[in-house]
Amino acid sequence: MSKKKLIKGNLFNRMSDTNLLLIITVVIFFLMYIGAIIFQGGGFTKPQMLFNILNSNAALIITACGMSIVMISGGIDISVGGVVALVSMSCAVYLDFHNGSIIGSFLIALAIGLAYGIVQGLLVAYLDIQPFIVSLAGMFFARGMTTIINTKPFNVENNQAFLNLKQTRITVPGMGSYNRKGIYVPAYIEIGVVVALVLVIILFLVLRYTKLGRSFYAVGGNKQSALMLGINVKRTKFFSHLICSTLAGIGGYVYFLHVGSGSASHAMGMEMNAIASSIIGGTMLSGGVGNIIGTLFGVLSLSTIQNIVSSAGLDQAWWTGITIAAMLCIFLLIQSVVMRQRKRALKS
Amino acid sequence: MDNNRILEMRGINKSFPGVKALQNVDFTLNKGEIHALMGENGAGKSTLIKVLTGVYSKDSGTINLGDKNNVSIRSPQSAQNLGISTVYQEITLCPNLTVAENIYIGRGSSQITNWKKMNTDADKLLQKLDIPARATQQLASCSIAVQQMVAIARAVDMDCKVLILDEPTSSLDEQEVEKLFGLMRDLKALGVGIIFVTHFLDQVYEVCDKITVLRDGQFVGEYEIKDLPRVKLVATMLGKEMDDLSDIKGEQGTYSGENKDERVFEAKELQSDAGIKPFDFYIKKGEVNGFTGLLGSGRSECVRAIFGADRVLKGKVKMHGKEVKISKPLDAMKNGIAYLPEDRKVDGIIGDLSVRDNIIMALQVLKGFFRPFSKKQAEAFADEYIKKLNIKTASSDTPIKSLSGGNQQKVILARWLLMHPEYLILDEPTRGIDVGTKVDIQKLVLELASEGMSVTFISSETDEMLRTCSRLVVMRDRKVVGELTGDDLTQSKIMSTIAGGE
Repeated sequence: MSKKKLIKGNLFNRMSDTNLLLIITVVIFFLMYIGAIIFQGGGFTKPQMLFNILNSNAALIITACGMSIVMISGGIDISVGGVVALVSMSCAVYLDFHNGSIIGSFLIALAIGLAYGIVQGLLVAYLDIQPFIVSLAGMFFARGMTTIINTKPFNVENNQAFLNLKQTRITVPGMGSYNRKGIYVPAYIEIGVVVALVLVIILFLVLRYTKLGRSFYAVGGNKQSALMLGINVKRTKFFSHLICSTLAGIGGYVYFLHVGSGSASHAMGMEMNAIASSIIGGTMLSGGVGNIIGTLFGVLSLSTIQNIVSSAGLDQAWWTGITIAAMLCIFLLIQSVVMRQRKRALKS
Repeated sequence: MDNNRILEMRGINKSFPGVKALQNVDFTLNKGEIHALMGENGAGKSTLIKVLTGVYSKDSGTINLGDKNNVSIRSPQSAQNLGISTVYQEITLCPNLTVAENIYIGRGSSQITNWKKMNTDADKLLQKLDIPARATQQLASCSIAVQQMVAIARAVDMDCKVLILDEPTSSLDEQEVEKLFGLMRDLKALGVGIIFVTHFLDQVYEVCDKITVLRDGQFVGEYEIKDLPRVKLVATMLGKEMDDLSDIKGEQGTYSGENKDERVFEAKELQSDAGIKPFDFYIKKGEVNGFTGLLGSGRSECVRAIFGADRVLKGKVKMHGKEVKISKPLDAMKNGIAYLPEDRKVDGIIGDLSVRDNIIMALQVLKGFFRPFSKKQAEAFADEYIKKLNIKTASSDTPIKSLSGGNQQKVILARWLLMHPEYLILDEPTRGIDVGTKVDIQKLVLELASEGMSVTFISSETDEMLRTCSRLVVMRDRKVVGELTGDDLTQSKIMSTIAGGE
C-alpha cells in the first residue's frame, strides 16, 4: 500500500456519507419546488403553499425526526402512527368529556410517549428483542387502546380554551399575497409548526454536538465496534427509542391540535410516511448515516409531491401512492449510484 | 519489584458451554515491558485478553492493577477507565464516523463535542505518529492499514498504563510494522506495559522482553526472551519437540497420474472491476502455484476475478480447454472451482450457524435448497472433516462464532474440500493462525495436489509459498510482472522480481 496516495480526492470524496446524502436531498427538493412553480404555477407561486405544507405536516416532521434517530442507531419503530392516534384520542376524551385543561392534555400526550419509549426501549435494548417485533406489538396495542377509549370518532367542541389554541395563527410578515378580489391575505403558520421547527433545531444540535448524539451514529455504524470503543450500547439504544416515542407523543399532540378530533383511524400509515421521509432525507435503513435537517427536507419533499399530484387534478389516493413509490425508488437509486461511484473513486 | 508491577492476573478460569477456555491462568506485566502472549489457536490468548478488557467476565480468579487489588472489569468502558486500552486484529472502529471521532468517541466525561478542538487535537496526534490520514476524513475512506493505525493512535492517546495489541500487524506491510514497533518502543520508554499477541515469531524476537506461553487454556510458563530460542518457543507452544518445519515438500509425492500436463484452468486477458491490469494465467492438473507480491499488489483481486467474486470486465476463461463463462461465484462452483476467501469474517463464515451447517453450505447450494441433506448425512459429512482436519470444537452443533480463528478457517476449508473441487484457491489460508496449524494446512495442500487437485495458494509469508508452490506468479502494482519456477524459486529472486528494475 503506497503511503501518500491515501490523502487525496476532491470535495466529493472527502465529504462524509451523511453530508453528501443531505446535500442530494436538499438539491432535489429545491429543484422539485422550483419545477412546480414554473410548470404548475397557481398556488405554488404563493409562499402560503409552503406554509400550508408545513401546517399539515408539522406532526409528521416531529415523528419522522424521532424515526430518523432510531434508524441512525440501527433500529426501527413502527408504533409511532399508533401512538399519535392514541394521544389524539386520549386528549380528545380528556378535553371534551372531562373539560380538562390544555396543560393537562399535553402532559397526557407526553406521558403516553414516555411510557411507550421506556417499555419499548427496555425490551429492545436490555432484552435484545428485534425492534421491528417490539414496535409491531406496540402498534397493535396503541390502535386497540384507542378503540377501547372511544369507538366512535368525534370532534372536540366543548372546550373553548382548546378551540382557541387550535385557531391560533401566527402571521408571517411580508409573505402574504392578494386574492382575486385584491384583498391582502396575510400568510400564517400554526403553533405546531413552531414546535416542529424548534424541535428540529434542538435535535440537530443534539445529534451533532452531544456525546449521546454521536453514540447513535457509532452504534448504528457498527454495534460491536461501538462497544469496544467504550460506548454503552444498551443505554444508547434505549435512549434512541425513548426519544423516538416521546417525539411521537409530542407529534401526536401537534397532530391533535391540527385536526381537533379523536379517531381510531387517525394517522393510519404515518409510521410508513415517517420512514419514507427519513429515507428520502438521506437516513440509511442500515444505520449510522442520516441527518435531522435531511429528514425535514424529506417530509417537505414527500408532501410537495402529494401537493403537486393533487393540484394536477389527480386527486386520488392511489395516484399519490404511486408517485410516492416512484419518488422513493428514484431517491434510493440516486443514493445508491452516488455511493457506489464514491466507493469506486476511493478504491482506485 | 512490586512497585514495578502494573498488572497481575492470578488463577483465571473461564469456561464456555462444553469448553474450558482458561484454566488457572496467571499473567504478570511490569512497567515499561513488552510482553508477548503466545500460543496456538484455541490456546486461550483471545479469551484471556477479552477477560482483561471486560468483554467476557471471568468465572474465578483475581486481577490486580497497580496498587488496586482485585479490581472488577465489567465492560470495555470500565477497562478503559482503569487504563487498559486494546487494539484488535479486526478493526473495531466505526466506519461511518470521522477519523477524529473514532479517536475520541466514548472517552472523557464531557457530554458536548467540541469539533474544532477535537479535529486539531486529532491532527496533531496523527502528525506526531506520522499516520497518513486527516482528522475530518470519514474512516471508511482510509485503507485497512491506516484504520488499524488510527485504532493504535486512539489507544496511545488514552494515556493508558496497559496497552494490548492483539495481532495488530496482520494487515500491515513491513514499513508500517516498523513504524508500529517504533511507536511501541516510545511507549515502553514512557513506562507503558504492552501485551503483544502475534503469530509472527520474528516480530516477537524483534521487540519483546518477555514471553508467556499458553496451551489448551493452561498457563505453560513465563520466559525471558533470551532464555527461549525460537525452536524452543515453537516446541513449548505445541507441547512437543518439533524438528525442522521447512522441509515438508519432500514428504509428499507430486502428482503423476493421467493428463498430467492438461491445463485445468486457463484465463486470457482477464480483468475485473477491482482495478487490476488484464492478466493471463493457467494451472495444470495436480499443480500448486501461487500469486506473490506485496500487500495490495493485486494478488487477491486476481483470484477473485478467477472465481467471479468481483465483476469480470473482459477476458476469456477455459476449463480443460473448453471455453466457459464465469460471471459469478456459483458459475465457478459449478465448474469445480472452490475459493477460500482472505477475509473470513466478511466472505466466509456465517457466525450464528453451527459448524455442521457451515461445512455443508457450499455443497447444499450446488444441490439446490429444496433438496436438503438428511440430518444423518450432514452429520456424517461434518464429523468426517472435523476429524480429518482436526477441528477443535465441542460438537458439530456449536455455533461457528465460538470457535477460535484458526478453527474457523479449517471449517471453511472443510466446506470447500467437501465439494471435491478440481481447482482450489486458497487466499491467505494461514493468516492469523499458529505454526502447528499452518504446517497442517501446507501439508494438506501438497497432499491434495498429489491426489490430482490443482491448487492456487496465496500467502504473505514467502517461505510458506516457497515450501508449497512449484510455480509463482509475481505481482507489482496490480500487474503481473513475472513468473518463477524451478531454481528461480528463492527468496532473493522473488524479492528482486517484486522490487523490479535491475
